[in-house]
This record gives sequence, structure tokens and C-alpha cells, in this order.
Amino acid sequence: MPTTLLVVQILNGLQLGVILFLIAAGLTLVFGVMDFVNLAHGVQYMLGAYLAVMFYGLTQNFAAALVLALATALVLGLLLEFTVFRHLYDRDHLDQVIATLGVILFVNQGVKFLWGAAPLSLPIPELLSGSVVLMPGLLYPVWRLVIILSGLLVAVLLFVLVTYTRVGMLVRAGASNAPMVSALGVNIRRLFMVVFGFGTMLAGFAGVMVAPILSVEPGMGDSILILAFVVIVIGGIGSIRGAFLGALLIGLVDTLGRSFSVDLLRLFLDPSAARTVGPALASMLIYLLMALVLFIRPTGLFPAKGR
Amino acid sequence: MVALQAHAASPRWSADILAPVLIFVALAALPFAAVYGTETYVLALFIRIMIFAIAAVALDLLIGYGALISFGHAAFVGLGAYAVGILGAHGMADTLIALPVALVASGLFALATGAVCLRTRGVYFIMITLAFSQMAFFTASSLAPYGGDDGLTLRARDTIAGYAIMNGERAFYYIVFACLLATYLLCRALIASRFGRVFRGARENETRMASMGYEVFRYQLAAYVIAGAIGGLSGFLLANSTEFVSPAYMSWQRSGELVIMVLMGGMGTLYGAIMGAAAFLLAEEWLSGLTEHWKMIFGPLLILIVLFARGGLVGAMDRLRGMRS
Repeated sequence: MPTTLLVVQILNGLQLGVILFLIAAGLTLVFGVMDFVNLAHGVQYMLGAYLAVMFYGLTQNFAAALVLALATALVLGLLLEFTVFRHLYDRDHLDQVIATLGVILFVNQGVKFLWGAAPLSLPIPELLSGSVVLMPGLLYPVWRLVIILSGLLVAVLLFVLVTYTRVGMLVRAGASNAPMVSALGVNIRRLFMVVFGFGTMLAGFAGVMVAPILSVEPGMGDSILILAFVVIVIGGIGSIRGAFLGALLIGLVDTLGRSFSVDLLRLFLDPSAARTVGPALASMLIYLLMALVLFIRPTGLFPAKGR
Repeated sequence: MVALQAHAASPRWSADILAPVLIFVALAALPFAAVYGTETYVLALFIRIMIFAIAAVALDLLIGYGALISFGHAAFVGLGAYAVGILGAHGMADTLIALPVALVASGLFALATGAVCLRTRGVYFIMITLAFSQMAFFTASSLAPYGGDDGLTLRARDTIAGYAIMNGERAFYYIVFACLLATYLLCRALIASRFGRVFRGARENETRMASMGYEVFRYQLAAYVIAGAIGGLSGFLLANSTEFVSPAYMSWQRSGELVIMVLMGGMGTLYGAIMGAAAFLLAEEWLSGLTEHWKMIFGPLLILIVLFARGGLVGAMDRLRGMRS
């Protein structure tokens, strides 16, 4: 029995990890290439989820809702880039943080205004609902497996794009030394538009994928954004590989910590103390991990070269 | 971030004396004027403003003078508040116990986290201060014996040496006022001292300060601890004013609001942070009275302030003066 529980929790951790990766990937590239702190990146995740719910309501078709939601999320993301973010690239981090905080306030409230404050939900596509038997005595929801697989697929795709294509080469070069890339005649603003748009789509995709299993509500992007920041800080800013490994690490540590901390603490403490300390410790765990990583390596585990 | 360095230049120093004097005279006189309005409402609003101003002044010490953009300052406020709440729950509701505990707890938290945070720079510093405040937030949320997510209600405001002095709204107003004045004067003295010169020097050129033989890290850590302890003072007052303590006091939105106050007022002036706290909370009060969706107005307003109003309120005042002369 404990083995099946462990396997289930590892899979849940992986699922959280790939979702975090989808958000952190865009964030780390935008961060790495343009040195731009975008707190409003979590907003794209929320918009992805809301748009999927809206388009599903209109079309009653998950695939159509997915495509329409991604396209709309991209358009909205580029609109934000054009109206607000573009004017912030030359500013210091403080200005960027505050202005993107303003975007968060606006969009969170805007979502409440349009769709109401009550959580919405999206049904799992018929074909992929239900559970499968992974091991004797272990049932696991198909949709969660779909999330894990699609996240891994995106990771592979990103890896190929970044490692083997010309745009990918420019992105890596930009993350190492953006002024130099610009001096070599590359239109860095346009490169950034591409990176930003791509990141927006990835975050939107993450939002659509989790919409069937989480409640879709205003502010859902904020908490996951902070986790994504923890991921990229642990992984090293500007590094896709760092974002991937960091995301899986955080996903697993957080999920396993939450499910086993009380039991583990029982080995040392009496049960009532363990029940009090356990949850507190579990929610602190990833931040302790981050502090530890930064204490040993102040620029993360896999910093982009040249930084 | 380096907008307001030219303190020695002549047009500025008169403003640096005059503006804070005007602010504190106005705050001191307010209760007398408030008699003509809805007194309790005005007093409560300005008590709140001054409490947040205390935390914002301390944050300005870090951001404006040290370029240390702490995005987790609300954690110290929350720790101070929880010191009051937890001690109160155990029947120790006196300022003589609660205030030192609040200061020491937030100061120690600043010492422990600052030792890690200050090894990093730039964005990493923003993120790790944020992470530590989230840690404090989640810890507070899981404190089941002390209300957990729901927070905890105080039985009454703390007494001072056994006397229930803080129960009078006007007396409490002047206690908060005195704390704000003391905070401002302390920070100002600190900035002007030799310590402050090293701290400011590290903002301009850390390597140079280091090569001159100053251990920059120690100075920054000391400033971080002082700012944290002042945050604890603000939390002590906040808990007593609302008679309620909640994890929401430490949320990252709250930290963001403190940074916004500093930015709105104008960084690196200390009194700007007081004006920023007043501007932010008055705007919140006014806009939320207009519509439930006031954040849809405030969000874009914030973006416009960042894009077009560099130097915040203090910068705007300077520009006005510049136009006149």
C-alpha cells in the first residue's frame, strides 16, 4: 500500500512539475533575454484557463476551446507587450515589478468583473476522462497522465527548438549577452516579441491543461507565479534546462513534502506535535530549498553562460 | 533608482527640512481638525496611514538608500503583529512585553534571512526576499493553535505597564504618531551618520567600498535588521489598532503595496514614504468607495505612475518648484 501511495504522489509531483515548467520556461527566457521581471506572467496562465472555459461554453469542444484559447491568449499577451511591457525594458527592476503588479491588479479584477468571483470549472474531455490501472491496486486519472505527457512533449520540443534552430541559437545568445547579439545586427526587439509570444502561449497552455482539475478563479495565477519564480531562481535565470530540472524538483519536493511530512515527523515527534509542525514545514520546504541553493550557489544551479 | 542623489544641491535641502516638518505638523494637528468631521473615521484612517508609513520609511531605507529591493517587507510587519497576537492569547497583553518581543522577533528573522538574501543581488534578491516572506506567510497560515488561515482576534489592545492607555482613540493616534516621528528621525540620523555613508556608498559602487576596506555585507545586514525591526514595530501597532492578526498581513500583495508606497512617494527621501503611504491608502479609500472594481482603475494608474511620474510625489514637487523659479 505505501508503494502505491508513493507512486501516486510522485506522479502528482511530476504533474505539478511540468505545469510549473510550462510557466517557468517563458518566464526564464523573457527574464534571460530582456532582463525583464514580469510578475504578470501568471496572468497569462489564468487567462488561458478562463478563455478555455469561455470557448468551451461556446463550442462544446475541448480541442476547439484549446486552440481558440491559445490564440486569444497570444493576442492578449502581445497586446500587453505592445501597450505596457515594451516601455519597461530599459527601466530598472523596481519599475518593472511595480508596473507589472499594476497589470496583475487590473487583469485579476477584470476577470472578476467579466466572469464573477465564483470559481468556474471545465469538464475533462470525454475521451480522456476516467482512470487507468497503472499497477495492481493503483488507479490514476487519465487526464493527469495527459498533462504529464504533454508537458514532457513541450519540454522536448523546446529543447530541440532552443538547441538546434537558428532562433534558438539567438535566444541562447541573447540570454548570455543581449547587447552583443544586438550589436551583431540581430533585431533584438523582434526576437523578444517571438520569445514573449511563445512564453505567453506556454503559460496559457498550462492554464488550459489544469482548468479541468483545478478551480478556475481570479488570482489563480499569483500563487503559481511565485512558485515559478522559485523554480527559475533555483534553476538559474535564462536557462531552459535549469527551469526544467528546477520545476520537476519543486513539483516533487512540494507534493511529497505535503503528503509525507506528518508521517516522517512522527518518527521524531509525538503525533499531535507532528500534526502541527508537519503542514507548516511542508509549505516552507521549497523556500528552504531555494534558500539553501542560493546560499551555496547565488546564481542558481544552471546559470546561463556568460552571466 | 539613482534619481535622487544630489542631496547636497541647494534647492533640495530646504525641501528636505521643510517638507517633513510640514508633514509632521499636519499629522500632529489632524485630531484637532478631525473634531469637525467624523472624528473616529478620520482618526482610524490616519492611524492606519501612519502605521503603514512606519514600515514604508524603513523599506525606503533599504530601497532608496541601499538599492536593496526587498519584496518581503510585510513579513516583518506580520511577525510584529503575531508577537502581539500570540502573547495576548497567553495572557501577556502588555506593551512592555509585547513590544520588545515584536522587535526582537522581526529583527532576528531579518538577521537570519538577511544573511542569506544579501549574498545575492538584483533580481535574485527580490525573489529570495519574496520567498522568505512567503515562508513566513505559510507558517502563519498553518499555526492552527493561533487561528491558522482565519487569523486571531485580540481580546483587547495591549496595556502599557498595566494601564489601558491605547484604548483611547486619540491617545493611540499620538502613540502611533510618536512612533512614526521616532522612526523617521532614527532613519534620518542613520543615513547622515558614518554608517549611512558607507551604506549609501555601497549602493553607488560596492566594489569600491569593499576595496576601501569596508565590509559592505555587515553594513547591509545591519540596515536590513534595523529595517526589519521597524517593520516589527509597525506590526505591533497594526495588531493593536485592528485588534486582529491574520496571515494576510504577510501576503506578498502586502509587500508589494509597501514597495508601491515607497515608489509613489519618491524613493530615497524617507518623508516621501510617508506621503506615499498616505497617497496609496487615501486613493484606495476613495476609489473603493467609487466602485467595487476599483483595482481596475488603480492598476492602470500604477502603470502610468511608473511610466510617467519618475521620483513619485517628491519628484513632482521638485518639478513644480523648478517650473516656478
